[in-house]
Amino acid sequence: MLTWNVLLMQVLNGLQWGLLLFLLSAGLTLVFGIMNFVNLTHGSLYMMGGYFGAYAYGQTHSFWLACMVAVVGAAIVGVLLDRLVAASLYSRDHLDQVLATFGLILIFNELVRIVWGGNTSVVNPPEMLTGSVEIFGLRYPLYRLMIIVVGLLVSGLLYFIIHRTRIGMLIRAGATNTKMVSALGVNIKRLNLIVFAAGALLAGLAGVLNAPISAIQPGMGEPILILALVVIVTGGIGSIKGAFYGALLIGMADMVGRAFLPIAMTEFFGRAAAQLTGPAIASMGIYLLMAIVLIARPQGLFGGRHA
Amino acid sequence: MHEIVNNSPRWPATNANASRLEHLSASVNWTAAILILVLALVPMAASAIGELYYVTLMTRALIFALAAVGLNLVLGYGGLVSFGHSVYLGIGVYTVGIMMDHGITNAWLQLAAALLIGTIVAGVIGALSLRVKGVGFIMITLAFAQLLYFFCVGLRDYGGDDGFSLNGYSDFGLFQLGDNNTLYYAVLAVLAFTLLWVSRLISARFGMVIQGCKSNERRMVALGFPVFRYQWAAYVLSALICVVAGFFIVNLTRYVSPAYMQWTVSGELIVMVVVGGIATIVGPVIGAIAIVLFEEFASHAAFGLPGNADAFIHEHWLGALGVVILIVALCLKQGLYGSLFKRSARRA
Repeated sequence: MLTWNVLLMQVLNGLQWGLLLFLLSAGLTLVFGIMNFVNLTHGSLYMMGGYFGAYAYGQTHSFWLACMVAVVGAAIVGVLLDRLVAASLYSRDHLDQVLATFGLILIFNELVRIVWGGNTSVVNPPEMLTGSVEIFGLRYPLYRLMIIVVGLLVSGLLYFIIHRTRIGMLIRAGATNTKMVSALGVNIKRLNLIVFAAGALLAGLAGVLNAPISAIQPGMGEPILILALVVIVTGGIGSIKGAFYGALLIGMADMVGRAFLPIAMTEFFGRAAAQLTGPAIASMGIYLLMAIVLIARPQGLFGGRHA
Repeated sequence: MHEIVNNSPRWPATNANASRLEHLSASVNWTAAILILVLALVPMAASAIGELYYVTLMTRALIFALAAVGLNLVLGYGGLVSFGHSVYLGIGVYTVGIMMDHGITNAWLQLAAALLIGTIVAGVIGALSLRVKGVGFIMITLAFAQLLYFFCVGLRDYGGDDGFSLNGYSDFGLFQLGDNNTLYYAVLAVLAFTLLWVSRLISARFGMVIQGCKSNERRMVALGFPVFRYQWAAYVLSALICVVAGFFIVNLTRYVSPAYMQWTVSGELIVMVVVGGIATIVGPVIGAIAIVLFEEFASHAAFGLPGNADAFIHEHWLGALGVVILIVALCLKQGLYGSLFKRSARRA
């Protein structure tokens, strides 16, 4: 039952899922780090990415064009969101931010229902990525492999930007001590706008990349938003490094847990008990992991200032 | 802008008599008393106009009011933004549902079991979550709520994702919760008692300490208060009020489902508290009634608008709720009760 191939498959799936989660968590954690802003609409930006992509795909049947439209569209929505609503919330307390962005989630979901209806939309992967490829004797879908590659590329790019460029230095400085950076003459609001837009862009990218794998429907942003929150709490709020390792950890635990916990339960407790509790335990696994991390380190794995 | 009076910690006056007087006047909240009296007339008014459905609707509103009052204890007075209080509704719902499923209809037993489980769960979640401060607390309470949500979804024997319906009613011996009016008055009585209890708790030493932690936790620690223990106790107490609300709501809808534990329910509870007026005694009640009535109104009422506008609003009322929430969050910091009554009272 527990073969090498199954294990490899789940590890690859976990990697793919984790990198996708990182695309979402990166923006979330940076906006929090700089502006101390709880942005629950991040899941809606992911959803908008999916819908923009599906719309463009429906018009042109080109996957790559769909990706472009999704990324640009989500970034524009992000900029509008920052300017119109979020900017007036930065100086408010977390409760107001949670409340306002919760209201925005409801608004986004209904807007999507009004414009595109309540049905699910479809995006198909491009022709050249429909096949599968053999890795260590395992046939793995090419499309998922592409997500892994894109995720790694984006992570590398982010690492380069944040550690090797001037804007990245400002972002790191802003996340460490916002007031000081502001006092040194950096326009912190514009810096945050850039981070907000970049975060929205990545969320939109995640939305369209995941579209061929999961369904596009109103409310699709919420479950993944909660996962992203788990990621940044586990990794340490405000830390991009924490978001990366947290995302890989959570993604891996989610996939591997889903695949193996029911099997392990059957081994230890018999089939009946496993069928009763297995799926539930599997969904709960990542939350238990988060709880364990927080018992050991309340500030998260790589947490700093905000813990 | 002035601070809401209740926000700032009021220390007992040095004069013992003055302090006792202040406590007495603080514990009898006249607005709350009038509100409860008016609410007591609802079943009569409903039967007078022949719309018995309003009793059920208002029962729902009052049950959510009870839960909101509970949440307000940590959210408003404690300043701890818990985004996971739907769990405790769910604990009430599932305990009653599962016991009923096994033929235990005794309401006292059900309540005792629900409160016991609620204490244990809230104790554990509270102890873990309170280690994390600020925004982390919001997220970790949300995550724990999801954990238990998935646990209940996984209860295959008890309906799993779909839930299951109940055949019986909780039986208190003296009375049953089967009758609509009985249920309404039972909820109202519990709500009235809870309001009185919370208002006394808040003006007692315990309430002062948790409000002090909200204003300046570091100073409270420096003063030597065991801050964690106080906040933990407040968290568990607020959770238990929600457990009782869950006990009632399953008797109202007679349906057990993980839907009560969805994270959006936690969000709606926060909305109720803030819309009504955070850190006030009657604010959460007003907020809960306003939101439940708004939901009902926006999703069913005939506005007589031209074209398909009515149907459009009915279908997309959640968006309208979102707009209301956004406006409240951006503009109405003190909520309905806080903005309307507190300000005029101060001017007078």
